[in-house]
Amino acid sequence: MLANLSYRAQRVVIIVSFSLIPILLLITFGYVPVLGMFRYAFTDWNGLSPDYNWVGFDNFRTIFTDKKYYEGFINSIYYFAGSFVQLAIALYFATILSFAVRGRNFFKGVLFFPSMINSVAVGLIFLFFFRPEGTLDTILGFFGITNPPKWLLNPDIINVSLVGASIWRYLGFNFILLLGAISSVPSDLYEAAEIDGANRWHQFKYIILPSIRRIVAITLILSISGSVAPFEIPYIMTGGSNGSNTFVITTVKTTFSYSKYGLGSAMAVVLFLIVILVTAIQKLVIKEEK
Amino acid sequence: MYRLKYASATTFKYLTLIVGVFCALAPLVVVVFASFKTSKEYLNSSALAPPSDWFNFDNYRTAFVKGHMLTGFKNTLIIMVTALVGNMLVGTMIAYVLQRFAFKGRGIIMSLFLFAALIPGVTTQVITFKIINALELFNTMGSAILLYMGTDIIGIYIFIQFMDNISTQLDESAMLDGASYFTIFAKIIFPLLAPAIITMMIIKGIGIYNDFYIPFLYMPDPSLRTISTSLFAFKGPFGSHWETICAAVMLIIIPTAVVFVALQKWIYNGFMQGAVK
Repeated sequence: MLANLSYRAQRVVIIVSFSLIPILLLITFGYVPVLGMFRYAFTDWNGLSPDYNWVGFDNFRTIFTDKKYYEGFINSIYYFAGSFVQLAIALYFATILSFAVRGRNFFKGVLFFPSMINSVAVGLIFLFFFRPEGTLDTILGFFGITNPPKWLLNPDIINVSLVGASIWRYLGFNFILLLGAISSVPSDLYEAAEIDGANRWHQFKYIILPSIRRIVAITLILSISGSVAPFEIPYIMTGGSNGSNTFVITTVKTTFSYSKYGLGSAMAVVLFLIVILVTAIQKLVIKEEK
Repeated sequence: MYRLKYASATTFKYLTLIVGVFCALAPLVVVVFASFKTSKEYLNSSALAPPSDWFNFDNYRTAFVKGHMLTGFKNTLIIMVTALVGNMLVGTMIAYVLQRFAFKGRGIIMSLFLFAALIPGVTTQVITFKIINALELFNTMGSAILLYMGTDIIGIYIFIQFMDNISTQLDESAMLDGASYFTIFAKIIFPLLAPAIITMMIIKGIGIYNDFYIPFLYMPDPSLRTISTSLFAFKGPFGSHWETICAAVMLIIIPTAVVFVALQKWIYNGFMQGAVK
């Protein structure tokens, strides 16, 4: 059918028909929600009733004055700190595994595999791991620590436990990215450095680190923007109880459990602006690198 | 002296690797142990003790039958296959148009996709939920399929980059034979994109298999549970029966492990390509 048309006409037909569905999907699920979010953020809509009132900046005032709502950001500090720990460990393993190591593929696979696992499974694995008299307590017992804390009940420790689980889950992903970046460093650089008497630490500091600065910046910023909005691991493991609330958990609960769509939208706007800000910084940093 | 220092550095290197492997595997190994224990054995043995009977599959049976995991696997499979087929078609089609034709609005479309990648998905669910409702897709598989189907800039980039290396001479010679643009796409471009399509399908497929948020939010009906939400449902009724929960966790990890071992190279490459863009 198409073949009977001239190529000029065909061109129009193909461009329109091939981009129609992708763009429709993009607009419906990408852009309409963002616009709607900004609109409802200034209302008291409850998600069901057809009418709602404009409330100006009231929702935003609530978010920043009621501890119940901004509490999640305080917990983000734990995840923020965790992202540096994660990067350091990932960078260490990526560096040593980029050189000749016996069983290299085995180590690579084992360190990466956790990031392939279903998030609910990860949540349950760590609920099991942190149980009183469970795996962690038993291991600590071998080292003579007989009175370990309640990992998931003590509000002072719970966030550290959850960050630990998150690091276990996301480390492999960072590790494999860094490993890929390090293996693209030309190997004659190391040889030249070795002739000049450089040791491994010098090689890392003066060759590897400068060549992978860009990817280190990307990984770090990815995990920082991730630390603003942790959801799956804490939600699955604790549901935000015992002081482990994150901002996204509060947003989801406010919206879907308490039907405060207006307030929920305002929270989403706050989160949105933060992530856009972090991304903008990322773009700036990377541009400077180039 | 140098030798001694070198030897201790090597020891340290392997020591840290072993600690790393231990940390990565210990939480998993204890789950494997527990999944083979009887409930009495579980209560009376240390978490680190291996099971007495490695062929005790009772927990697996209980988890599979009482946890309705077959439904979960079936639903996940249907959603995954449909969404992947749709996603690959949508992705390759738009990439074909963007890479092969220079037209007005091309730049705008590119930046629309690029900017959309910056929107954090979690934040906009409030309104997405409303849209899904309006389309009468709430509590149907259609919701998840449609949400997974929308393509993103990473997919488009990977396809476009791959297409850059498919010579336009192939298109031209087909045009001499009178092939339409559609035929060129269907018979030449699409098949040649196979490696990129497989890479994308693996990345997307793993994402769908592991996703919890979308099925949890949009398909609460128990008969529509995916593997993630049916595993999540174990938290309540099986509360203290950790040996059953552990078996359920294993049932979900085993397919992942098989895929990982079989497709390792593709997976490493896919994740690297996807993230560096």
